[in-house]
Amino acid sequence: MSSTYANAIDLTAGGFMLAGVMIVWRRELRSLVRLLAWQGAALAAFPFVEGIHQHDGALVAVGIAIASLRVGLLPWLLRRAVGAEAEDRRESTPLLNTTASLLVAGGLIVTAFAISRPLVSLDPSTATRAVPAALAVVLLGVFVMVSRRRAVSQAVGFLMVDNGIAATAFLTTAGVPLIVELGASLDVLFAVLILGVLTGQLRHTFGDTDLDQLTELRDL
Amino acid sequence: MTTLLLVPILAPAAAAATTAVIGWRRLSAWAVVLAAVSVLACGIVLGFRVGTHPQVGLGHLLRADALSVTMLIVVGTVGTLSCWASIGYIDHELAHAHTTDRGARIYGVLIGLFLAAMSLAVLANNLGVLWVAIEATTIATAFLVGHRRTRLALEATWKYVIICSLGIAFAFLGTVLLYFAGRHAGLGASALDFDVLRAHAAHLDSGVVRMAAGLLLIGYGTKAGLAPFHTWLADAHSQAPAPVSALMSGVLLAVAFSALLRIKAIVDIALGTGFMRTGLLVVGLLTVTIAAALLVRQHDFKRMLAYSSMENMGLIAIAAAAGTTLAIAALLLHVLAHGIAKTLLFLSAGHLQAAHDSTAIADVTGLLARSRLLGSAFAVGIVVLLGLPPFAMFASELSIARGLAGAHLAWVLGIVLIVMTIAFGALVHNTSRMLFGEPAADAPLVRLSGAAGATLLVGMSACLMLGVTGGPLVHLFHLAATTLGVSG
Repeated sequence: MSSTYANAIDLTAGGFMLAGVMIVWRRELRSLVRLLAWQGAALAAFPFVEGIHQHDGALVAVGIAIASLRVGLLPWLLRRAVGAEAEDRRESTPLLNTTASLLVAGGLIVTAFAISRPLVSLDPSTATRAVPAALAVVLLGVFVMVSRRRAVSQAVGFLMVDNGIAATAFLTTAGVPLIVELGASLDVLFAVLILGVLTGQLRHTFGDTDLDQLTELRDL
Repeated sequence: MTTLLLVPILAPAAAAATTAVIGWRRLSAWAVVLAAVSVLACGIVLGFRVGTHPQVGLGHLLRADALSVTMLIVVGTVGTLSCWASIGYIDHELAHAHTTDRGARIYGVLIGLFLAAMSLAVLANNLGVLWVAIEATTIATAFLVGHRRTRLALEATWKYVIICSLGIAFAFLGTVLLYFAGRHAGLGASALDFDVLRAHAAHLDSGVVRMAAGLLLIGYGTKAGLAPFHTWLADAHSQAPAPVSALMSGVLLAVAFSALLRIKAIVDIALGTGFMRTGLLVVGLLTVTIAAALLVRQHDFKRMLAYSSMENMGLIAIAAAAGTTLAIAALLLHVLAHGIAKTLLFLSAGHLQAAHDSTAIADVTGLLARSRLLGSAFAVGIVVLLGLPPFAMFASELSIARGLAGAHLAWVLGIVLIVMTIAFGALVHNTSRMLFGEPAADAPLVRLSGAAGATLLVGMSACLMLGVTGGPLVHLFHLAATTLGVSG
C-alpha cells in the first residue's frame, strides 16, 4: 500500500513537471492551454492521493474542487481568450528558440532541486521529496512569463507559477488552512478574469495582443 | 470590541454594495465617503482602547494593535480625502463624456472594495488572510488604474496586474513555507497566526525561514514599490485617476510595507536581526537611489510624484532596517505625513491635468499667480515632501537619521543623506518652474469647484496640524514599535 502511495505521488509529480516542460516547448496557444489543464489535473491529484492514503475525506473533496477550478474553469476562460484571437495570431512569440528554451528549462529544474534542499531535509517524507518538482514548475512559469510576448501566454505563465505554489502547499503541509485556500483560489480566479478582460481591451485598442507594443510609458 | 474590528471592513464593503445597486449617485457617493470616515473613526476609538495588549476578534482572524490602529488612521484619513475628491472627479469625467454611468458605478464599487481590502489587510491576524487581502487590493485597483481606458492607461494596467500578481505570488510561496516550518514546529492549524508564530519563532527551522523571509521580502516589497520590482509603480500611479493615485501612493504602498514589519518581527526572533536588516538595507538603498536618479530627469509631474513615493518607501525600508524603537516610531509618523501630503499633491495634480490636458512639467507655468489655492496646495505638499519645518516629515526624517546613527549604521546614513540631497534638488528644480514666475501667455484658466477647493484646504490643514501637534500620536507610534517587539 505504502509503495503504491509513493509511486502515485512520484508519478503525479513527474507528470506535473513534464506538463511544465511541455509548455516551455510548445508555441501554439491552444496547446499551451490544454497542457495547463493537464497540469491542473496533476495538481488536483496531489490532495486526492494524499486523502485516499490518509483516509481523509476532506482532502479528497479539496482535490475535486481544485480539479473543477484548474481543469475546468480557468482553462475555459483562457480558451475563450485564445478563440477571440485571429487565426494567424494564435502562436506565442518566444524571445528564445525552442532549443535554448529547453536548455534553460533544464537549468531551472536543476536549480529547483538545489534550492529545495532545506525543505526536504527538514521533513524527508515521500511527499516532501516531490517538492523540487513543484518549485521547478514555479521557476518554469516565471520563465514563460518573461520569455513570451503574447498576453495569453503571460497568463499561462502566471497560472503555472500559481500551480507550482499550490503543489508546494499540498506536498509540504497537505494544504494551507481552508479559509486561506478559498481566498487564494478566489483571488487567482479574479486575476485571470481581469487578465481576460484586459486581453480583450488590448486587442480592441491596439488591434493585437503582442506585448511588445506596450512601450509608450517610460521615463527619459 | 469585535464590532470595532468589523466596521472598517464592512462599512466600505456596504458602500460598494450600495453603489452596485443604485449606481453612482449623490447618496452612494456620500456613502463611500462616510465609510472612509468610519474607518478613521474606528481607528481613533481603537487607539484609545488598545494598550500593550492587542485586541483579538472573530475567532483570532482579526486583531488590532497599535500598528493596525496607526495604519487604520492613515487609511481613514487618505480615504476620506480621496473619496470626497472622487465626487468632483467623476462629475468632471461624466460632464466631459470621458466615462459613462456604468463606468462611474464600477468606480464607486471598486473604490469601496479597495478600502475594505486595505482595512482587512491591516487588521488581519493571520499571514494567509493578510495575503488574500493584499492580493484583493490588486484586483480592486486593476480597473481603477485603467479607468480612463486610454492606450496608456491600458498599458499601465497590464504591467501593474502582471508584475504585482507575480510579486505577490512569491509572497504566497513564502507564506506556505513559513506554514510548513510552523507545522513542523508543532503549531497545528493556527501556525499562520501572528501571535502564535511570534511566540514560537525561536523553534522554527532556520533554513526554511530564511527561504520564506526572502520570498516574503521580494513579494510584499513588489507591492510596496521597492526595487527591483518597482517598474509598475510610476506607470500605474501616473495613469490612474487622481483620487486613486492618492490612495495607491498615500496608503496602499504603506499597507503592503506594514506586512513586512509584521514579518520582520517574526523573522528577527527566528534568525536574529541580521537577515532582515541586510535585506531591507539592500532593497531600501537601491530604491532611494533609483528613485532619486529618475527624479532628476523627470518631465512629467505625476511620474515625479510617483518616484517621490518610491523614494519615501525606500527611506521607510531603511528605517525598518535600523529597527530601533525611535526608528520604527519615526517610520510610522513618516507614513502618515507622507500619506496626507501625497494625497494633497495627487489631488492638485489631477486638477492641473484637467486644466492643461497634459501632465508635462513644461506645460505648467506660474501656478501661484494663476490660482492661489491650487498653487498653495501644491506648494504645501512639496514643502512637506522636502522635509522642511513646520511639517511632520521634518521630525520623522530627523528621527530616522538619529535612529540610523543609534543602530550603528552611520555609513547608511551618509549614503541616504547624499541621495536625499539629490532628490531634494530635483524636486525644487522641477516644481519651482511650475509654481513661480510669470504664467505663459497661453496658460489655461484654472477653475476649482467649491468642493474641490474645500478638499485641498482640509488637506493643507491636516498637513499643518500633524506638523504642529503630532503629540498624541507619538505615544501610539512608540506603542506600535513596542508591540512589534522592538527594544532599545
